Amino acid sequence: MKKSIKTILCLSIGITMFTGCKQNTQAPSNSALASDVASKVYVAPGEYDEFYAFVSGGFSGQMSVYGIPSGRLLKVIPVFSQDAEKGYGYNEETKPMLNTSFGFIPWDDAHHPELSQTAGETDGRWVFINGNNTPRIARIDLTTFETAEIIEIPNSGGNHSSPFTTENTEYVVAGTRFAVPYPQKDMSIKEYKGNFKGALTFIDVEEETGHMEVAFQVLMPGFNYDLAHSGKGKSHGWTFFTTYNTEESNTLMEVGASQNDKDYIAAINWKKAEEYIEQGKFKTIPAQYAHNVYDEKTHIATSEMKKEVRVLDPAECPGLVYFLPTPKSPHGVDVDPTGEYIVGNGKLSADLTVHSFSKVLAAIENNSFDGEAYGIPILKMDEIVAGVVEQAGLGPLHTEFDGKGNAYTTFFISSEVVKWNVGSWEVADRAPTYYSVGHLMIPGGDSKKPEGKYLVALNKITKDRYLPTGPELNHSAQLYDISGDKMELLLDFPTIGEPHYAQGISASKVMNKSKKYYPIDENAHPHATKSESDVKVVREGNVVRIYMTAIRSHLNPDNIEGIKVGDKVYVHLTNLEQDWDVPHGFSIMGAQNAELLVMPGQTETLYWEPKQEGVYPFYCTDFCSALHQEMQGYIRVSPANANVPLKWSMGDD
Amino acid sequence: MKHIIKISLLALIFLITSCGGESKKEKEGFSYEQKTEKKAAPQATAKKESKTPASQRVDLDNKGIGPVKSVTISEQINTEMASTGEALYKQYCMACHKPDKKFIGPAPKAILDRRSPEWIMNMILNPEQMVKEDPLAKDLLVEFNGSPMANQNLTEEQARAVLEYFRTIK
Repeated sequence: MKKSIKTILCLSIGITMFTGCKQNTQAPSNSALASDVASKVYVAPGEYDEFYAFVSGGFSGQMSVYGIPSGRLLKVIPVFSQDAEKGYGYNEETKPMLNTSFGFIPWDDAHHPELSQTAGETDGRWVFINGNNTPRIARIDLTTFETAEIIEIPNSGGNHSSPFTTENTEYVVAGTRFAVPYPQKDMSIKEYKGNFKGALTFIDVEEETGHMEVAFQVLMPGFNYDLAHSGKGKSHGWTFFTTYNTEESNTLMEVGASQNDKDYIAAINWKKAEEYIEQGKFKTIPAQYAHNVYDEKTHIATSEMKKEVRVLDPAECPGLVYFLPTPKSPHGVDVDPTGEYIVGNGKLSADLTVHSFSKVLAAIENNSFDGEAYGIPILKMDEIVAGVVEQAGLGPLHTEFDGKGNAYTTFFISSEVVKWNVGSWEVADRAPTYYSVGHLMIPGGDSKKPEGKYLVALNKITKDRYLPTGPELNHSAQLYDISGDKMELLLDFPTIGEPHYAQGISASKVMNKSKKYYPIDENAHPHATKSESDVKVVREGNVVRIYMTAIRSHLNPDNIEGIKVGDKVYVHLTNLEQDWDVPHGFSIMGAQNAELLVMPGQTETLYWEPKQEGVYPFYCTDFCSALHQEMQGYIRVSPANANVPLKWSMGDD
Repeated sequence: MKHIIKISLLALIFLITSCGGESKKEKEGFSYEQKTEKKAAPQATAKKESKTPASQRVDLDNKGIGPVKSVTISEQINTEMASTGEALYKQYCMACHKPDKKFIGPAPKAILDRRSPEWIMNMILNPEQMVKEDPLAKDLLVEFNGSPMANQNLTEEQARAVLEYFRTIK
């Protein structure tokens, strides 16, 4: 009896342990313990990752850069939000980057990074990202990993279906999510239907410099334009936008915008648009939008207000736009590497609808229309569908490709990634995500040449994936190995803000072009101090300009007197270093501002209004050398009516 | 009890007066083994021969470590090159090196009497490795408070011009 009790006890403990273990791993059966997963993501100290991943910062307004496969955070690039860490949007040089037609805006909601392409392949020159809230597109230079340019989008109500590129980065597009009165005016919201419009904007990208300019807008019906992708190969010259709320509802949208069985993918023939522009069939419309450019030589951003925009009306431009009926509020629209298949991810559906570009062209040729909407022909759905991936999961959102004939689609509601075959439309594999995946990313996965080795799932919900950190948890991302038949979960890592979308690229396409410092002899900042013999303090009325230098390990001048309460003080700090990774920081006690973080060879300006008399320390904020702690100085603030002469010095001279 | 209080009071008064007396002799500020210019560098890494500070030591055979293996120096100073060198020196070096007096780093005045031309150029072009591996450069780093010699990323040609400028300051 005793023996059997013992046996039962042992057994039950054993079973509990077993099941306990299984629960703890939380891993799909084909992963984790089966193979040496850790070694697949292990990048030894001092070694480099194989890929860069550019991940949207969502409501942080920024973009973060990760190494793949390690999941290591390499940098956070400030884009649409002020960043006190780097002084971005705080220092005088970068404040104009955040200028808009509404004035200075310190934040935005950044959604979709998009790498520049040449011949349909990622080329490592620039990465673009959209600001959704106050519609803007930013261009980040991949030699400096800094935001080089931001352009505001006129007549847009929320810049979501952006900034997807064409095959040679002829354009990046910016579609409005929210339809708005056109032109903007005071009117009843109930009069939405027929009166609100949705502008789809094509931004010209200058080949050499990357400079952006609004080329033209297509003035579309007042639907919501959700995502986009441009054609490639045979479909080059077209851009596809998904729509929802074709019901044109203006309230209780979760019901109102989900009535129609089908919404549309809007296919825009932008080569046709170029012809119409050439023929002068556009209207020039007054508009207000900011165009902000950072000059790498002066280290200063300038903001220019643009006054007009060219607009094409589809009703007056036959052949410019067609509607492709697609079930249930499609989110992503994704074009396979050949350019033939256009995948509609109907987010309220269980199926994926795949259109054939050849069939679209044939249907247009044969006038196979099912009526029209606001003068735009609606193609007959039966004639353009290539195939349907049936009952693949719940809530398909976004698809990318591996370049080996497979597609990978995220399903938000069923929280999984599903692999399927392009052509047979058969499901090949599925892997759970943790949890509620939005977009996914395969390096080059929306280009002609995907590098189908890894897949990153970008999740919306984190819950129990990491140690709890109170009510707010960083969104999770998961890395899968997709080189084999089955997807294998390798790694789980937290992200910053919300990772709406990401783009990946082979490190070799980017790393060798990365800048190490700014040559001081090319510094064209009007307030640069290129040699310590030129340091000075200049007063013009109550404006005081301090021309200061930094080099390991002193700030020059380090004793300053003659500043008065109420002065407007500009500290123009030039970093004289000419070596990689030797920035100097700068801050003054009591300055209602962020620090400066000045890269080698760069000049940045801190604005300070001294409020109280006294002697205040300033110092270098970025540990730079063994004598960093000595890199400090004093600034004397005298009463407004004092006669203390302006004096500056360093050392005994 | 009263006695104890009285004695304590006396002691207190004595203490106060003695303090006051001493403070008269004190200068402003304080001094605590402050280093004088004449003292040798801290001995941490110094060897026997390094009783002379590294900045004053003469070693014309040491070519240093770096890309420069041999430099040919003409009889005459190339004045054009020297003036190019002077401009470069002012822009890239002056923040830490005054031509003729010790500053953050040592002065280059008459440096060719103390160092080989190769050593000088290698120190300009390859300071990170020099301060780790070259015995003279190592001692200099200690002598100058661990203040790093910044790599200003000059080209070999630019460093050569700076060297030519150094020939003019004796």
